Amino acid sequence: MRDFYGTALANGLMLGTALYPSPAILKDAFERSGASVATVSLRRESGQDRAGQDFWQLIRALDVHLLPNTAGCHSVKEAVTTAHMAREVFDTKWIKLEVIGEEDLLQPDVFGLVEAARILTEDGFQVFPYTTEDLVVAERLLHAGCEVLMPWGAPIGSGLGLNNIFGLRAMRAHFPDVPLVIDAGLGLPSQAAAAMELGFDAVLLNTAVAKAGDPAAMAAAFATAVNAGQLAQAADPMEPRDMAAPSTPVIGKAFLI
Amino acid sequence: MKLLLNGAPINAQVTTLADLLVAEGFGGAKVATAVNGTFVPAPERADYALSAGDAVEVLAPMQGG
Repeated sequence: MRDFYGTALANGLMLGTALYPSPAILKDAFERSGASVATVSLRRESGQDRAGQDFWQLIRALDVHLLPNTAGCHSVKEAVTTAHMAREVFDTKWIKLEVIGEEDLLQPDVFGLVEAARILTEDGFQVFPYTTEDLVVAERLLHAGCEVLMPWGAPIGSGLGLNNIFGLRAMRAHFPDVPLVIDAGLGLPSQAAAAMELGFDAVLLNTAVAKAGDPAAMAAAFATAVNAGQLAQAADPMEPRDMAAPSTPVIGKAFLI
Repeated sequence: MKLLLNGAPINAQVTTLADLLVAEGFGGAKVATAVNGTFVPAPERADYALSAGDAVEVLAPMQGG
């Protein structure tokens, strides 16, 4: 697996921390998943409840790499400001950069994304851009200073899996040395395994685990799938073919007609 | 002084951003701050003088995907 800005991860599973039925289930899901990265966010804090402080204690105890996001940001300025606030709070240069351009599909505004990525990398951030499988945009992001790309599998929270296998395979082939993460859209472990089999370095998911009937069990299933896909990719899968090829030797077959 | 704190109007008798955080219950909390859409790093809060009408955002770690 390729490094992420010089950091080698124990595995290719990045897990979100939102939408779980309870903090205890979140903790259980992370333990069962063995995820190496947790995505987190920033939201308004109440001086009375101070709910964010409890969450901070919880995620610190997970002992994983933290990847703060700029979720919900629709402009470059908003995303850049949020990134600065996240860097201070979470004490990391990593930022999952989201600049959302469209509400129905939560599709990234790739123009704003490239601009924000440039501003942030010049300011010392290590940007993980939430993008599409568009190769031209990917190239621009790399020129802007990104050393990781995170194309969507499908719209956030949709569970549709890998919507454009061709595009993702092309991206993998076009950028053989760039760490690539499928970010968003996964609904089933088989889709995570497929992403890893394509040669992606990691998958990032949240809803598929948090909204499962048993989040901790689903987290374990995703961990197994990511591991299986990674092993399979490393094992150099056979080439598919259109016609059958017998696996049992024909030579030595008895003459029984 | 009338301010907006996380979008809600408040009336606070404070001078600086650091004072506001203490007065509003954020003392010692893990938070990041912005005033009028601009990030204010923690080391600058004590010297950051607030003005009437300022919009202050106080953000904390939260669940995210």
